[in-house]
Amino acid sequence: MRTFTIGGIHPPGNKISAGQPIHQMPLPQKAIILLNQHFGKPAVPVVTKGESVKVGQLLAKADGVLSANIHAPVSGTISKIGETQDASGYKHHAVWIDVEDDIWMDSIDKSSEIIRTCSLEAPAILEKIREAGIVGMGGATFPAHIKLTPPSGKKVETIIVNGVECEPYLTADHQLMLEKGEEILIGLTILMKAVNAQKGIIGIENNKQDAIAHLKKMAKDWPGIEILPLKVQYPQGGEKQLIEAVTGRQVPSGALPIEVGAIVQNIATVYAVYEAVQKDKPLVECVLTITGKTVGKPGNYLTRIGTPFSELMDFAGGFPENAAKVIAGGPMMGKALVSLSVPVTKGCSGLLILTEAETKRKKSQNCIRCAKCVKACPMGLEPYLFMTLVEHAEWGKLEKERIMDCIECGCCTYSCPSTRPLLDYLKIGKAKVGSLIHARNTKK
Amino acid sequence: MMDKNLYVSIAPHIHSGDSIEKKMYQVLLALLPAFLVSLYVFGWGSLIVTAISVVSCVVFEYLIQKYLLKGEPTIKDGSAILTGVLLAFNLPSNLPFWIIILGALVAIGVAKMSFGGLGNNPFNPALVGRVFLLISFPVQMTTWPLPGEHSYIDATTGATPLAMLHGHFGQLPDMVSVLLGKTGGSLGEVGSIALIIGGTYLLLRKVISWHIPVSILSTVLIFTFIMAQIAPQTHHIGHLGTGCPFMPAIYYALFHLLSGGLLLGAFFMATDYVTSPMTPRGQIIYGTGIGIITVLIRLFGSYPEGVSFAILIMNSVTPLINTYVKPKRFGEVIK
Repeated sequence: MRTFTIGGIHPPGNKISAGQPIHQMPLPQKAIILLNQHFGKPAVPVVTKGESVKVGQLLAKADGVLSANIHAPVSGTISKIGETQDASGYKHHAVWIDVEDDIWMDSIDKSSEIIRTCSLEAPAILEKIREAGIVGMGGATFPAHIKLTPPSGKKVETIIVNGVECEPYLTADHQLMLEKGEEILIGLTILMKAVNAQKGIIGIENNKQDAIAHLKKMAKDWPGIEILPLKVQYPQGGEKQLIEAVTGRQVPSGALPIEVGAIVQNIATVYAVYEAVQKDKPLVECVLTITGKTVGKPGNYLTRIGTPFSELMDFAGGFPENAAKVIAGGPMMGKALVSLSVPVTKGCSGLLILTEAETKRKKSQNCIRCAKCVKACPMGLEPYLFMTLVEHAEWGKLEKERIMDCIECGCCTYSCPSTRPLLDYLKIGKAKVGSLIHARNTKK
Repeated sequence: MMDKNLYVSIAPHIHSGDSIEKKMYQVLLALLPAFLVSLYVFGWGSLIVTAISVVSCVVFEYLIQKYLLKGEPTIKDGSAILTGVLLAFNLPSNLPFWIIILGALVAIGVAKMSFGGLGNNPFNPALVGRVFLLISFPVQMTTWPLPGEHSYIDATTGATPLAMLHGHFGQLPDMVSVLLGKTGGSLGEVGSIALIIGGTYLLLRKVISWHIPVSILSTVLIFTFIMAQIAPQTHHIGHLGTGCPFMPAIYYALFHLLSGGLLLGAFFMATDYVTSPMTPRGQIIYGTGIGIITVLIRLFGSYPEGVSFAILIMNSVTPLINTYVKPKRFGEVIK
């Protein structure tokens, strides 16, 4: 069975919420919609305070090319446009909506009927995806329509769909594949048409046998689509790792996946594409896994964007007494929340509660040069060396040792027997080296 | 609910649970079979030497850390115990106690703590201690009690198989005796099978990878086989094995593999994390170097045994290997 070839780790899966059907999360009383919930420039609000909006109505417009539209995820009255904290604790602009009823735009097809044919041409499909504000739902939140517009002269051979869900605990994509399998296949067919790709491959880790069997059965009816089981290994969901696992080709350092003729999209993104193109539904909700060993009702919940995390917890059995860390996303790459009043954003795949025993960091000890971090690194880098070089502010050497290749998967910190905060230092190094490279390029 | 303080940190939020202590105690566990064999072969001598070595290593580390470096105690991590055991395994079972204590002082005080403790030492501490004693007390360090001599002080002594091979004297023991530890030698080198069991455990538990032991052992095997094949007279192998034309050379090569400190060195000393290279390729270079130097010393040097020196010499090359031998990077193949 295929997988990527360099590094990797096997953290315990802890898929507590596996098999839980997708439940509708109740609407919040007040939704907070961040304007920077995508990679790129924040969107510009097109509504004013006091205005009433319907679900799916444009709330903020993409600012330039590298940005994304944001639509109202709830209906009600705009109560405030101002600053709030995002998941990392930084201040950002947001729109508040006081929720009233659940009135959708008339243009949106809310029926559960599956629409299988799509007669639109590629440019029209891309326009619908752009208009719907779809971004990469795996966590990177890169605007989807840009990813689907390769530079001229580059040919897309394969659309690879990331059904790996290699993060421990998370099960939202898994459940989505089980419940919305056909929609995902239609979405993939639409994406293939949009970029004129001949092949569509859905990579799924072998611990999701039911999803593999379910999709395989249906994929027969969809020409060009292949369901590919992959050996379980973290971080297989990393873009470059997944491309290697699926195609056997490694994307060169500093290059984009298109260099090897591939575009990667997440399962949830493909589903969102189906809804946008076939149902005219913009990205206003996503499936979240709410999980943790102490959570009362772990499960998969269809949640409106803008719902504060505190309301999610109330619905999922309350905030556990001994919770020590609340994480938006998975335990390997998710963000630790500074406060539960932060809202759900596009690209959020889960809410994980960890206890002190599970998550408390141990004291950092001397590096014993055991090379566990070197073995674990899926990019073939030397995290131990990066940490020393960052401590000594050797930015030039860091660049030469290719610190910018680091994908921040956390395998190094996870594996270190001396419990050294390797990734913390790597991020400092990446930020510094990145800004130096940027300064050098702008000078030219 | 919100008055509760949450931990906030950069990902990852979980850890493998691996720790230095776990690694050290796994290595100690892997050394247990060899220790039991040494108890069987040398009796009290083995127990006394090991106990003195371990206790003095731990005490020296505690005192130096507390009164000279003024840091938090580090003896709990088990590395001082391991150094003590490895040092003892390199000593004869009838070594006077004060020499053992001196060896422990050099191993912990000079080779480890003076560089800043675990992780900072360029050379394997136990080997530095052992080589210091070998050079300072050549007589005591090469007077090996015969197997079955269970007393600590006045055991009958004899030569090790390698010394017999080196000086062409005495009747070489047969291969079964070598495997089972019925030969003279230091504490830890006598039970070849026990060492192989321990080494296999370390490989299976992924405490060590195969690169270092396999490259050392295969280098020694091939090198000694070639030497015996091209110059059988000089290597005194006429009486070894009969049958097919390669038999004597094979027997000779296996003899080198199983006797002396080679297995102990290959599985337990050369694989020391701190002093060995970081990348698989680097580890193969390092292991091959150890193998070549070991054979050169054994065949052409004045000592019958060269594993300790070989490992220490390659320890000094480790930083150089780490600088120039990089792991296989992602995306390099098609560039």
